[in-house]
Amino acid sequence: MTIELAEAERFLLHEARLLDEARFEDWLALFTADAWYWVPIAPDQDNPHDTVSLIYDDRRLLETRVRRLANPSMHAQTPPARASRLVANVTAEDSAADALVTRSKLLMVEYRRNAQRLFAATCRHRLVARGSGLAIAWKRVDLVNCDAELEGIVLPF
Amino acid sequence: MITSAELRARIGQGRVHRSLYNDPEIFALELERIFARAWIYVGHESQVPEPGDFCQTRIGLKPMLMVRQADRSIRVLHNQCAHRGAMVVAADEGHAQEFRCCYHGWTYGTDGRLKSAPLLNGYPGAFDPADPRVSMNEARSASYRGFVFATLAPDGPSLEDFLGPMTKSFDDMVDRAPDGAIEVAGGVFKHAYEGNWKLYLENLCDAAHPIFVHQSSIEAARAQSDNVPSDGAGEIAIRQMRQNGAPYSFWETQVGIWTYGNGHSYLGDYHDDAKLVAALEDPDFRDYIAALEAKHGSARTKEILDVRRWNSNVYPNLSFMSQFQQLRVVHPLSPTRTVVYTYNFRLKGAPPSFFRRTIAFANTVNGTGSLVLTDDLETYNRIRMGLSSAGAEWLQIGRGYATDEANEDGGRRGKNSTSEIYIRNMFDAWLGYMTAVP
Repeated sequence: MTIELAEAERFLLHEARLLDEARFEDWLALFTADAWYWVPIAPDQDNPHDTVSLIYDDRRLLETRVRRLANPSMHAQTPPARASRLVANVTAEDSAADALVTRSKLLMVEYRRNAQRLFAATCRHRLVARGSGLAIAWKRVDLVNCDAELEGIVLPF
Repeated sequence: MITSAELRARIGQGRVHRSLYNDPEIFALELERIFARAWIYVGHESQVPEPGDFCQTRIGLKPMLMVRQADRSIRVLHNQCAHRGAMVVAADEGHAQEFRCCYHGWTYGTDGRLKSAPLLNGYPGAFDPADPRVSMNEARSASYRGFVFATLAPDGPSLEDFLGPMTKSFDDMVDRAPDGAIEVAGGVFKHAYEGNWKLYLENLCDAAHPIFVHQSSIEAARAQSDNVPSDGAGEIAIRQMRQNGAPYSFWETQVGIWTYGNGHSYLGDYHDDAKLVAALEDPDFRDYIAALEAKHGSARTKEILDVRRWNSNVYPNLSFMSQFQQLRVVHPLSPTRTVVYTYNFRLKGAPPSFFRRTIAFANTVNGTGSLVLTDDLETYNRIRMGLSSAGAEWLQIGRGYATDEANEDGGRRGKNSTSEIYIRNMFDAWLGYMTAVP
């Protein structure tokens, strides 16, 4: 069963909506049981193991990250941030049986405590068929300013 | 101009005045009297391995260059053209035969001396290109076991005198490498916060804060099932977050806090997780320990690994940690804005898997998107917001004051490991620098 680009795009928009609505548990449920989520610190970074990353979560750490996002003692989200994500330019990078790697553009405006930040990124998702829908096997987010001096990043991209 | 008497009045017994964290006049004086006088960490020799290699660094707000010379020595130069003041080198790092300014082409050797400039015929007769005043000026520099420091002070104590017993923390960092050498590797975090530079060092040896500041990550990590797939990175992270949740009784009695002259200090290790401490000889460390023993024998290996220091702070701009080869450099930007650059070191001769632990650990505690660090950064921001009010004029730094005691190596230590002795010690150094008016 091949994954159609139109279906993948609908899925990415759904993912962005879950994040905008701070439904992080539902977002986590989009990932496969051995997924990883990666925000490199350098353009063209080739792996997350020999160089640090703004975020590199294997499935176990991703679960912990999402659990923390619901913790009332998380000072970094008191008050919480809100964000608005725009997903566009979705193309297919690579496809195989039951899998599709998409490349998309993300613009995310994050608001917290009277300040807005703008993030721009190229995202790659490896999407796999699961049941009647799709799941994320891995997600890589390359921020335009990945190597800049940045304040703390708490909301997922 | 704030007088020395006024500066002294802002530090009381067990308390400091809030203006030390937000007053622009104080900040300007700190740049002039602390950052332009102390030995400032500027980089590691491995960042410029070959002649002509350079990398950007800073002393206070000043852009500097660390450059490897033809004779393999290292010079630290002001990255500033003597002509019109433009920053000469724009690349973060690289290799060059000479440095040429973009504005009018003034060209300097890697030693900072002017080699050539166009239109010299237009200058007055007294203009001499060989005059050091038209060079990229050099700062005095020295290194200890590969760690390079520079100072803008024309004279003063030697680097080793400045470091005092803290040299042992650097020894610990290097001795852990089976080949006896380390190198910067694995990328740099640059995390910024809206708060004073001093807050960062004040937090790193604070044994009383993890339980509270890091409650969210401690609880999330404790609730995490260990049966969920991890490629190793998540496992290190979750174990480290759980360690932060050690009870107050442990932090008070089992850790240790030591202080030395010039504002330096270190916190003892607080880990009892065998996957995080090589000295506990977990099978995960087998290859690493074998590599150490092959070079040094088992007795010396044990001696090396039994050194159990956590964060070592070298005042005013450095904090490093030998067990996971982390190093943080504090760059003040304004009274209420700071950026911290954090580096990792590869232990030469250690198996590649060992460095992967270093990377996973760095992401956990120094990462811009870390589950741990982000709560620290928020705390610094809140201190900045709180201190803008005159409602509470003084910050309390008195915990442990009555029970601190002398240490046999000439320093002082907290009888209770949560003593704020290391903050008082930094302010002793602060006042010394700030009131030493030439």
